[in-house]
Amino acid sequence: MSAQEDGHRSAEVAARVERRWATIAVIIVVMMALLAAFAGIHRATMPQPRVETTDPSRLHLAGEFVESNLGSVLEANGAVIVRAIGQQYSFTPACIVVPVDTPITLRATSADVVHGILIQGTNVNTMLVPGYISEQLMRFTRTGDYLMPCQEFCSFGHEGMWGKVRVIDKADFANRAKGGGRLSCVGQ
Amino acid sequence: MLANRKLILAHFWFAFSVFGVALTLGAWQMFIRSPIGTWLSNPELYYRSLTAHGTVMGYVFPTLVAMGFGYAISEAALEQRLVGVRWAWAGFWLIVLGSVMAIIPIALGRASVLYTFYPPLIGSPFYYIGVVLVVVGSWIWVALMAINLRVWRKAHPGAPVPLAMFANVAGSYLWAWTAVGAALELLLQIIPVSVGLKATIDAGLARVFFSWTLHAIVYFWLMPTYIAYYTIVPRAIGGRVYSDTMARISFILFLVVAMPIGMHHTFADPQVGAGFKFIHSAFTALVALPTLLTVFTICASVEIAARLRGGRGMFGWIRALPWDNPMMLALAFSFVMLGLGGAGGLINMSYQLDASIHNTQWITGHFHLIFGGAIVIMYFAIAYDLWPHLTGRELIDLRLIRTQLWLWFIGMIVTTFPWHWVGILGMPRRMAYFDFGHPAIAPQALSVTFSAFGGFILLTSGLLFLVILARGMRAPQADAGPYRFAIAVHQPATVPVALNTHALWVALMIVLTITNYGYPILTLALTEGTSVPAVYVGAQ
Ligand code: HEM
Ligand SMILES: [Cu+2]
Ligand SMILES: [Cu+2]
Repeated sequence: MSAQEDGHRSAEVAARVERRWATIAVIIVVMMALLAAFAGIHRATMPQPRVETTDPSRLHLAGEFVESNLGSVLEANGAVIVRAIGQQYSFTPACIVVPVDTPITLRATSADVVHGILIQGTNVNTMLVPGYISEQLMRFTRTGDYLMPCQEFCSFGHEGMWGKVRVIDKADFANRAKGGGRLSCVGQ
Repeated sequence: MLANRKLILAHFWFAFSVFGVALTLGAWQMFIRSPIGTWLSNPELYYRSLTAHGTVMGYVFPTLVAMGFGYAISEAALEQRLVGVRWAWAGFWLIVLGSVMAIIPIALGRASVLYTFYPPLIGSPFYYIGVVLVVVGSWIWVALMAINLRVWRKAHPGAPVPLAMFANVAGSYLWAWTAVGAALELLLQIIPVSVGLKATIDAGLARVFFSWTLHAIVYFWLMPTYIAYYTIVPRAIGGRVYSDTMARISFILFLVVAMPIGMHHTFADPQVGAGFKFIHSAFTALVALPTLLTVFTICASVEIAARLRGGRGMFGWIRALPWDNPMMLALAFSFVMLGLGGAGGLINMSYQLDASIHNTQWITGHFHLIFGGAIVIMYFAIAYDLWPHLTGRELIDLRLIRTQLWLWFIGMIVTTFPWHWVGILGMPRRMAYFDFGHPAIAPQALSVTFSAFGGFILLTSGLLFLVILARGMRAPQADAGPYRFAIAVHQPATVPVALNTHALWVALMIVLTITNYGYPILTLALTEGTSVPAVYVGAQ
């Protein structure tokens, strides 16, 4: 067998091995994309579907995010909605109170710069971008206090911007929500 | 010796000097926000430092390394005189000017906006203009790379472009296009506000523009490292490139798919709808492909070297590798960190998993492992490999070089493992200090302390690197001969046009960017009432 033929054969082997690996790599990639799609559709862990806007310079004057409307509210259908805003360097309300084992919708925005809400020990994590409303679904399975730091740099006081989430008993929450007001645990 | 050694040395020395400064700032940040540091009475200092660290490590340092390396490749791989040397110097000085212009307002506390800008926070216009000058300087390099390749093609019609140059030019095009996102953000949005022509800005749109840059810039940082994997390592350890074709395909894939996926950085953002997030997420899975191909090809190339050295057996050949060769060591460390960091990256790219670590210390741990670890350790290796050809002197102390690489690897592991861990615990990033006395934060104290020690190891290693290079400038003279790149087992005599030119792929890259970014950008730009008042930093 000539050296040239030999070289030819080894080139073929090399190409074959390589093709096999490339096929495996493509399969891995496709699997990952399918997995993400499956998890998104089946487990409903999807990003918020719609883009909603709001004018941050008028937040405190009118609309959904006026101060009197911030906090947790129990709707007639049993759902709980939490409305909050971030501003340099605090959240309002600074302590959010919610019932355990209940589907909750968090609606939040920023009054000035970009902030973020992260609830430690959970996968609740969203940016607050001024001009836009962030919406996130959440559900807590354990009562107790959770820290809620701002997770995006929002200027020199960023390190001090920590809020709190207090998850309480369902009945307790229903009791406190009777008056129909906006609940929070600020100062408690 | 390389004819343009002065030009290349200027790039490398400036790159590595600012790297040394930024590294020191990084170590200080690690220390000051850990339980062993004392709380800053003025947290603002932390953000000045962080802005400087991020700006240097993200924009100035890797860009200069890519440029210096690119000039060396153009000269050595094409074996032709570098065309446009004066322009190259102009580009270099623009970068120096831009860096100085940016660093002064940072030091004065007038630009503590961090390297990601994120309006409506607005700093001094000099900071942004400085960054723009750095980018413009690098665009001159992009143009020169294209021109030099064109000159070579004219002289060698139809011949296969040397792999190193093919990849280098692909990287330069990727950079040119990916920088456009941040450039649009700076020129259309931020700078007009910063100089006072406008008072409001669309923060959501700015984040989308920035994401255009933010992902593919990572692949631009990575390019010199991948070029070294393919075209330096096999030669340095006495092997061959397993497949020239696969190498070209990998670089082309980077060029095409690194761009249209940046919106995975906005997974948690309210200004982008679910549809485009899903598209970008799916495309993101694709960028794993060139890396998977590369890992295979490089491992195979290394195996060839081992077998040529008499290695046998299924895994026995690993022992036959030249482990005392710094290049071998650097490659092994780089691969380990790439593997670990890559696994972390797969977590980040999944929308569902990202939710638990988005903007936590996991992220900073992740990109230090990949960028500071896997990528930068190969920058060291590139410098060591090129140094004798730039100075005409030998780097004699291989032991010291090995020590430096070991320290970098160990330091990176000690720094980034606990860093990832506290991220999983939910520790937010970019904070000047933490209240470790708080019962919910106290469990993170030990990990953060470990990270800080890792930081000191890294600082030691980085300074050692500078010492080795400086000593290399004064070592005894020795002729290193011409600079050569690795050749393939089956060095191709001809290459299909698609694998020998960039035009088709650049077109595809632009088209995909437009399909994946055009609609979100247009809708955001046309939506009324989303511009918000600017918030100026350091204005008082
Ligand atoms: C070797 C190359 C390195 C590169 C390319 C690099 C790059 C970066 C970048 C881009 C950032 C982001 C800045 C921001 O979030 O605005 C950053 C943050 C940071 N880096 Fe590095 N870095 C490197 C080495 C180091 C080292 C050796 C240390 C520690 C000794 C370090 C410590 C830090 C710290 C503490 C932060 C801030 C994290 C935070 O506050 O969230 N870096 N680095
Ligand atoms: Cu903040
Ligand atoms: Cu990315």
